[in-house]
Amino acid sequence: MTQLTFARAINAGLRKSLENDSKVVLLGEDIGTLGGVFRVTDGLQKDFGTHRVVDTPLAESAIVGTAVGLAYRGYRPVVEIQFDGFIYPAFDQIVSQVAKLHYRTRGAVKMPITIRVPFGGGIGSPEHHSESPEAYFTHTSGLRVVTVANPQDAYTVIQQAISCDDPVLYFEPKRRYHDKGEVDESVDPAMALPMDKARVLTDGADVTLVAYGPLVKTALDAASAAADEGISIEVIDLRSLAPVDYEPVVASVRKTGRLVVTHEAGQSGGLGAEVAASITERCFYHLEAAPVRVTGFDIPYPYSKLEMHHLPGLDRILDGVDRALGRPNSLSGLEG
Amino acid sequence: MSTDETGPGGAQTPESAGNPGSPGQEFLQLITPAGERISHPEFDFWVRDITDEQLCSLFEDMTVIRRIDVEATALQRQGELALWPPLLGQEAAQIGSGRSLRADDFVFSSYRENGVAYCRGVDLTDLLRVWRGNASGGWDPYSINMATPQIIIGAQTLHATGYAMGIQNDGADAAAITYFGDGATSEGDVSEAMVFAASFQVPVVFFCTNNHWAISEPVRLQSHIQLADRATGFGIPSLRVDGNDVLAVMAATRLALDRARRGGGPTFIEAVSYRMGPHTTADDPTRYRDANELEDWAAKDPISRLAGLLDRKGLLTAELQQQVKDKADAVAAEMRRGCTTMPDPQPMDIFKHVYSAPNSWLERQQDHYARYLASFGDPAGAVSEEGAR
Ligand SMILES: Cc1ncc(C[n+]2csc(CCOP(=O)(O)OP(=O)(O)O)c2C)c(N)n1
Repeated sequence: MTQLTFARAINAGLRKSLENDSKVVLLGEDIGTLGGVFRVTDGLQKDFGTHRVVDTPLAESAIVGTAVGLAYRGYRPVVEIQFDGFIYPAFDQIVSQVAKLHYRTRGAVKMPITIRVPFGGGIGSPEHHSESPEAYFTHTSGLRVVTVANPQDAYTVIQQAISCDDPVLYFEPKRRYHDKGEVDESVDPAMALPMDKARVLTDGADVTLVAYGPLVKTALDAASAAADEGISIEVIDLRSLAPVDYEPVVASVRKTGRLVVTHEAGQSGGLGAEVAASITERCFYHLEAAPVRVTGFDIPYPYSKLEMHHLPGLDRILDGVDRALGRPNSLSGLEG
Repeated sequence: MSTDETGPGGAQTPESAGNPGSPGQEFLQLITPAGERISHPEFDFWVRDITDEQLCSLFEDMTVIRRIDVEATALQRQGELALWPPLLGQEAAQIGSGRSLRADDFVFSSYRENGVAYCRGVDLTDLLRVWRGNASGGWDPYSINMATPQIIIGAQTLHATGYAMGIQNDGADAAAITYFGDGATSEGDVSEAMVFAASFQVPVVFFCTNNHWAISEPVRLQSHIQLADRATGFGIPSLRVDGNDVLAVMAATRLALDRARRGGGPTFIEAVSYRMGPHTTADDPTRYRDANELEDWAAKDPISRLAGLLDRKGLLTAELQQQVKDKADAVAAEMRRGCTTMPDPQPMDIFKHVYSAPNSWLERQQDHYARYLASFGDPAGAVSEEGAR
């Protein structure tokens, strides 16, 4: 076991994949000499060469589009999109090509492409650097969308994503890049919890709190703050955003009768809406209260001085928990 | 250099206009790195009206924006700005082109053209709003005829082309100019902008500052040929100029703007310069860049070059230098004051301007958030990640 940051853990996972499979190639802007703007690919070009770790020209559509061609040729491209807000020039290649080629060719062509996207806010960046675009991709069938919430998962899931024959969007919570955690590098990704499974992180009786990516830490903090007030919260890290692993959520809500979902992305059309609707369909008679969403607002990501107002923090999550429990909360007395 | 421009007297621009350097390195030059004015049969025409006084004023502008840059970098280091993209080394490219524009021209730039914004008369506090994290845009684009800086690489080239389509439709006598880097030429948007500009022959100038680096990526990774030659394939005439030579940049920009206004369509200018600082204050160029390269380019510094020319002309007096320094210091002090006294934005500001008219959907979220903040005695305590209760 070693203590690694998220960034180093992903780096170690990429290194393992490059070592284990000569068909793995990394593509992206500044990923070579510089090691990426977040240093996630630090040292990999030096050790694996410029044909395995490719600094590409500055063109996102080309980066993903050429990954499609490489995949046709039997490679397993791992693409880095430098920041969440720069994925949109590649959107067409991702949703029209990457997502659909397996279906369109009736399974003849595999698209084992991993698209790494640093995502989410909280780092004080200018516009286009703090987006949460996951819902655009969860809405597109054929893509797997995953995100990680601790360095061990960061290490293991990146390897699972690369060895998966489907295209995977791997969202990296960039404000957690420097957070450290225990990583067991001897873990065999094939034996570990599969990337499309959710994980129950705390055992709770009163409320089920679903989070993913950057907000898992906040959710855990909220759960321990709630415990001080005698409220027991079951925190679930969704991990896979498409497809969602509903079984643990259903089991939990059957037990607690209350659901809170939290994410940084805006509320409308977000994953929280999907989870709330699915759980309502499946657990209607077990629910003691309407599911509650604690999310970013339906606004463009705000300038950094105010981003903490947009991002759900511990207190906003607890306010949501109070709503689910029918305790006094900021909306008490309001109808609908 | 490739251009079909017929200059004054109808002379065809020579293939290798300017001062030929090593093969493939030819570009238009009117001032040598040593500060010697060299004449050019065609391009002298475009700067023939520049008086000694105006040369001194270009020197002042370049010195002032370098000072602005240094001050903003210091503000970032002191925690007053979240980030800053330095333009150190690109002063001639920005002032030479910026001073060639008319008030009714319209600029679509990247995040690095603070010198151009200065030429447009930007309020210095406005220049910093975005980098301080207080706003998404620093100014009203129509107030200085310059769009707020673009971060999505290359997107602004399409906007300039569209604006120029509008100018053409309106039959107006103006031009649009778009600034972008060498890296940007790889983006699909830039190619698409050139396709439209050429197809419709609109009055737009593509001003590409080849500062040799796109963060850590050298220009040779973006293009196998000179960037100026890339435009030719789209049917757009191009000019390659010494971007550290303020007169050469002026001559090229004035020619391109004149062509645009006369209905001659788009022009692509590659200004060959060098980013002497980091990409942004968050970047560490020692990871990818050879120190010798920086030294070579320091010898071609745009400001000392113009100073050299002024000196040869006997214009670089102690008085001028003092006057320019005083001006630069005053501008920097004014900018610092504007930065440190800028009021913080208010929480509810995040809901403003999402739509042009209010709607109940967003108003509900806004109302709920106001109630939430009100539920805390101290609203500031409500928004830390650690929580307040
Ligand atoms: C679409 C997009 N992709 C990536 C980035 C990240 N990024 C910001 S600046 C930059 C390099 C740009 O280089 P260049 O176009 O040469 O301009 P310069 O910064 O040198 O002025 C990159 C990759 C971005 N802002 N937008």
